[in-house]
Amino acid sequence: MRNLINFIVKYHFFFIFLALQVVAFIILIQNSYYHRSFWMNSSNYITGSLYTRYTNIGEYFQLKNINEQLSRENHNLIKQIPYSFLKTDQQIFTHRDTLYRRQYTYINARVINNSVNRRNNYLTLNKGRSHGIKPDMGVITSQGVIGIVKDVSANFSSALSLLHADTRISAKIMKNDHLGTILWDAPDYRTVIMEHIPPHVDVKLGDTIITSGHSKIFPEGIHIGTVSNYEIRRGESFITLKVELFEDFNNLTYVHVVKNLYRQEQEELEEQAETEPMFW
Amino acid sequence: MQKSTLSYIGLFVIVVLIQVFVLNQINISGYINPFFYVFFILILPFDIPRYILLILAFVLGLTIDVFSDTAGMHASATVLMAFLRPGVINTTSIKKEFESGSYPGLNNMDTSWVITYSFILILCHHTFLFFLETFSFSEFFTTLWRSVLSSLVTFVFVMIGFFFEGRPKRKK
Repeated sequence: MRNLINFIVKYHFFFIFLALQVVAFIILIQNSYYHRSFWMNSSNYITGSLYTRYTNIGEYFQLKNINEQLSRENHNLIKQIPYSFLKTDQQIFTHRDTLYRRQYTYINARVINNSVNRRNNYLTLNKGRSHGIKPDMGVITSQGVIGIVKDVSANFSSALSLLHADTRISAKIMKNDHLGTILWDAPDYRTVIMEHIPPHVDVKLGDTIITSGHSKIFPEGIHIGTVSNYEIRRGESFITLKVELFEDFNNLTYVHVVKNLYRQEQEELEEQAETEPMFW
Repeated sequence: MQKSTLSYIGLFVIVVLIQVFVLNQINISGYINPFFYVFFILILPFDIPRYILLILAFVLGLTIDVFSDTAGMHASATVLMAFLRPGVINTTSIKKEFESGSYPGLNNMDTSWVITYSFILILCHHTFLFFLETFSFSEFFTTLWRSVLSSLVTFVFVMIGFFFEGRPKRKK
């Protein structure tokens, strides 16, 4: 026993090194497989409020871009208002519309921390649980998909960026509805790739890629990008598309968090279908 | 040639603030990310007890982790760097005895020694960090290229840091 203690004391440098490495790896592994503990990320109170202050200053330099973006969005919205259409039908009638019910609402949030130069990038938003944000909600802008909320604190939330090795988004080609998966191959933050397109599908450069609506996270038809290149990789039987993103991830300010009002219902149904034993 | 504990605490805060609010926000050519905060580990005194060295490295790494959402990665890489530091000092420096409290810097060591010493440690730290971040060898050369380029940029920042700490003295 005494020899053992002497041994440990003699080589304490190495043993402390080993112990600290083990602790670091435990934190690392815990955080990549489970939801991150509340203090270990930028959505905690101290780092969150520091980043908010920092963004408050930095935002002034973005005002021009934000205004341009807002006016573009307004322009698109005005085009859709009924009075901007010329009525060609003389018979006017009104009825209560029960065909449409609202499925998605949006929570407006500001990006207070963001990166594009790492292999796994995260965003921090200035709204959290008290504003109605929950884990696994989608994050979008008017120009495209941004990411998925991962952790939430009272006033902040942290989201996986689309530029993350674990992010997979179900998408389709707008003109013919063929499905594929969007993921990011580092390091260029302006392009992502879309996998699993069967080779018979007709794809042309410049085709628009949109979300498929097959997940419970994003509504159908959110724009992602345009096809800039395509190839069949060696040893694969599917086409891989290179997709140029509409959104400049290096320049994010305001985003919308997507809230799916029918999510619970859909999840319960799917769970039921999976767990119930079936007898044919 | 000595620094008080208080000035080291100040340096810790400054290094973290520079890293989090300046260097993490800028984006040089897409995939270079300098990690200037390792400067704090480089400039600790020669005769610092080794276990304190490791614990300081762990705390520094974890602080950076909390700010950049990289749980454990920086902590692990910085502890590795601190572990290698005494070995690198012993093998590269000609002097074996140091005054108590003296620290690596341009004012009391050879400039060429400071360059070798910091570059070896920065390269170890960055290579380990970038491979840990990617967590696979499938993008081996991209990752290697990223770590070498980032090391070079960090190295420039660290040398500027050393220059501010103390200028080289003329030998008599």
